[in-house]
Amino acid sequence: MSDTGQSQHILEVADLSVDILVASGVLHAVQNVSFHVDRGETLAIVGESGCGKSLTSLALMNLLPSKAKRTAARLELAGGDLLTLSERQMSDIRGRQMSMIFQEPMTSLNPAYTIGSQLTEALRRHRKVSQKEAEDRAIYLLEKVGITAARNRLHQFPHQLSGGLRQRVMIAMALMCGPDLIIADEPTTALDVTIQAQILHLLAELQSEFNMGLILITHDLGVVARVADRISVMYAGEVVESGTAIEIFDAPAHPYTQGLLECIPVPGKTKRGEPLGSIPGIVPSLVGDMQGCHFAGRCRYVTDECRVGAITLQAATEEQHAYRCVLSPEQSQRHLAAREAAQ
Amino acid sequence: MTLATSNPTTEKPAMDPATSAVIEPSPGAILRRRIFGHTGFMIGAIIIALIVILALLAPYISPDSPYNQVLSRKLIPPIWFDSPKATWDHPLGTDHFGRDYLTRLLWGARISLLIGFAAMLISGVIGTTLGVLAGYFGGRIDTVINFIVTTRLSMPVVLVALAVVSLIGSSLTVVIWVLGLLIWDRFAVVMRSSTQQIRSLDFVAAAQALGCSTWRILASEIMPNIVNNLIVVATLEMAHAILLEAALSFLGLGVQPPEPSWGLMISEAKGLMFFDGWLIAIPGIALFLLVLAINLLGDGIRDVTAPENRN
Amino acid sequence: MLQYLVRRLGVAVLVALTVSLITFSMIYLSGDPAVALAGESATQEDIQNIRRVYGYDQPIMVQYANWLINALQGDFGQSHYLKKPVAEVIFERLPTTMLLGALALAFALALSIPLGVIAAIRPNSLIDRAALTIAVIGQAMPSFWFALTMILWLGIYWRVLPITGTNSWANFVMPAVALGYYVTPAVMRLTRAGMLDVLQSDYIRTARAKGLRPMTVLFKHALRNAVIPVVALAAVQFGFMLGGSIVIETIFAINGLGFLAWESIQRADLPMMQAIVLVLSVFYIVLTFLADMLNAWLDPRIRVV
Repeated sequence: MSDTGQSQHILEVADLSVDILVASGVLHAVQNVSFHVDRGETLAIVGESGCGKSLTSLALMNLLPSKAKRTAARLELAGGDLLTLSERQMSDIRGRQMSMIFQEPMTSLNPAYTIGSQLTEALRRHRKVSQKEAEDRAIYLLEKVGITAARNRLHQFPHQLSGGLRQRVMIAMALMCGPDLIIADEPTTALDVTIQAQILHLLAELQSEFNMGLILITHDLGVVARVADRISVMYAGEVVESGTAIEIFDAPAHPYTQGLLECIPVPGKTKRGEPLGSIPGIVPSLVGDMQGCHFAGRCRYVTDECRVGAITLQAATEEQHAYRCVLSPEQSQRHLAAREAAQ
Repeated sequence: MTLATSNPTTEKPAMDPATSAVIEPSPGAILRRRIFGHTGFMIGAIIIALIVILALLAPYISPDSPYNQVLSRKLIPPIWFDSPKATWDHPLGTDHFGRDYLTRLLWGARISLLIGFAAMLISGVIGTTLGVLAGYFGGRIDTVINFIVTTRLSMPVVLVALAVVSLIGSSLTVVIWVLGLLIWDRFAVVMRSSTQQIRSLDFVAAAQALGCSTWRILASEIMPNIVNNLIVVATLEMAHAILLEAALSFLGLGVQPPEPSWGLMISEAKGLMFFDGWLIAIPGIALFLLVLAINLLGDGIRDVTAPENRN
Repeated sequence: MLQYLVRRLGVAVLVALTVSLITFSMIYLSGDPAVALAGESATQEDIQNIRRVYGYDQPIMVQYANWLINALQGDFGQSHYLKKPVAEVIFERLPTTMLLGALALAFALALSIPLGVIAAIRPNSLIDRAALTIAVIGQAMPSFWFALTMILWLGIYWRVLPITGTNSWANFVMPAVALGYYVTPAVMRLTRAGMLDVLQSDYIRTARAKGLRPMTVLFKHALRNAVIPVVALAAVQFGFMLGGSIVIETIFAINGLGFLAWESIQRADLPMMQAIVLVLSVFYIVLTFLADMLNAWLDPRIRVV
């Protein structure tokens, strides 16, 4: 793990792309995505199904399916390059420095082994500790994630636990080696709303207590509002907007983000009986080369300028966070103001 | 709210997947493409076709009669052997009774195919009936039929077949019926699960709601959808029957001499196999090719009609 | 779990009883067993005597009941031919067949499970196609022909293995291979299919995300789950092998139950034939029952309810 001294970010991603070989050609699932995460910070990657956010997270861990290929200009974890690592070296990092939590707690644990054995295995793979020490750590973490009677739970099988409990076990499992970064891919989507809130709260607490970086991947902006420090909005494989949570919620610059925000009912503002916002149209096909803005097919403000050439991400400046649109910040704000007045 | 949908001058209509420029081929064309593209299916079909044609033409193209014993010309090696005795009069040589081997091979094909097909039909009728009834009606009928199937499965087929044949006496008909009455279990199991799957689909419920009689539903809704699986199992069981008959004949309790059953031919030659190895090799290879072809065909049919079941 | 066990046990017993009834009625297939027993030159008086001695003059259900009750106590009557109690002869020869079956199964599993796993790791690769080809070829070869061919090459031409008898371990090699290869394709395909399925599971993704080594993921996590249906299949196949060993034992002159069955069929030794069929059937029933139990135990979702 080399220390370049350049970046203080715990994770640095530059120009990450994922291409998938499909029957009709090459599907550009993720296109030149860049972001970074710091210690003690939560980055939320937001987007609808199929926008490439899950593939992005799998690309970080190099757990992509066989037909998918990743390329990146830069991919560094705590200053150490991940791109040139062999599979063996990568497996040393997974679970130890970088952990992942998945969406489906019901199927993410092996039904044939006890919770305890799956937890201790995560630690003993990376550190030379005895079974007893590993179990002690497992109990400690199970209690930390809010599971009572932790010692008994060690001997239980996954099918004996509810979905919410299983997800807590997954979180504990991700923490077994004390990683620098946790990637949570839609951790609450499969859970009840009340449990969702608990899990998110738990993640936030753990993150600050252990001073880790947290990447939260979700399609639910409501979830994001609670916990995110910074947000990257993805659409059709690209990052279309990125900034701090406050910037995004207060002054969304990209029409897609604006549309997303309109879809969320806001207590006090959204009137009863009023239609909720929606974004008509469907995600474009990402096979082969694409021209123009990916959102052009569904954007209200689309012009001819939007359909030609590549629309680049306007870099963040003092006044304006990064977004990918031909509209200038002023134009964008005017549109936004007009919509808010109309509501 | 306007939604701009028209695409400008781009070469590929890549933006909107709803406007597909590809024309879907017809189901028949898809099937034909799959069939001819499937190596296993084609090989199996060709070999079977060959064997069936040769078997049908056996009486006309054989050099001799399969029963004609001419001891003076016994144990002539086949034509590819480096021996002065080998002759084109007997391309595959002769056996220990001087009977022409090619002739016996061709006539043996008739026996294998006949027994295989007939036993498959009998067991197919029994097994499919049991399976469909169990799968469609469920409940008590299913329990009873499952019990029958389990009982049948518990009995060692070869042993029971041998015992029965030894007690009744052996002949072509007996062998066919004994096999047919014994190997229906896979039909029952597969047809039962297929029927259950189809039965739970909506169009069956719709037919019932319309007041169709059970008979009608079975015939026009269920059967057409399980026919694919039925054909696959039928080919496998035909191969199974052929191998079983060969084993029975090998042990002397199947087709009786002087009939040219391939299994019997192997048995008759086993004492001579050190010196005249071709006597067991030729019928053995023939059996192998026939069963292989049938299995390839069955696998091919399964792959072609339901590629999602392919592993 | 207990409920499941009891229910399955009940079914097993019922099946066994039904099989016993069928087996018992088999001897009436050839007509009057007394006549068959008496032989060709028997007089009416001889036949009547035989009827009385063997109890063939009693009503069928009574005969069945007697036979069954005796069988449950281990008495299958006397062998007509050997003049010894049937049970004694059977249990003398049973271990040999069991050994042959076990070796055949071991061979089949040792070959097909690794092949299935490798084929699943690299689907549609060269080795996958090779494994499937081996499977297809294995299913098409008649076992007796394969056995004879092996004898010809390994026993006679190259003289590396003995061809008859049961003197040493080497004697069992060819018979075990001849008996076991037939099962190999089915087990290999099932393992491959099961592995392909399991490798797509979420918990395998979790295992990889934990940084576990590929071998650990493959064997500890994937195979452990994929092998469950294979166990059931293996037990069932073992039962088939016990029944199907008759051909192999006859060819290799192995003194097991199959060979005994063959001899008693030749000699029309009816009590022996009945008893062998019954014993093998009961064995099969017990095996499937044990396989069910093993299955349930291997899958904690059933075991710990």
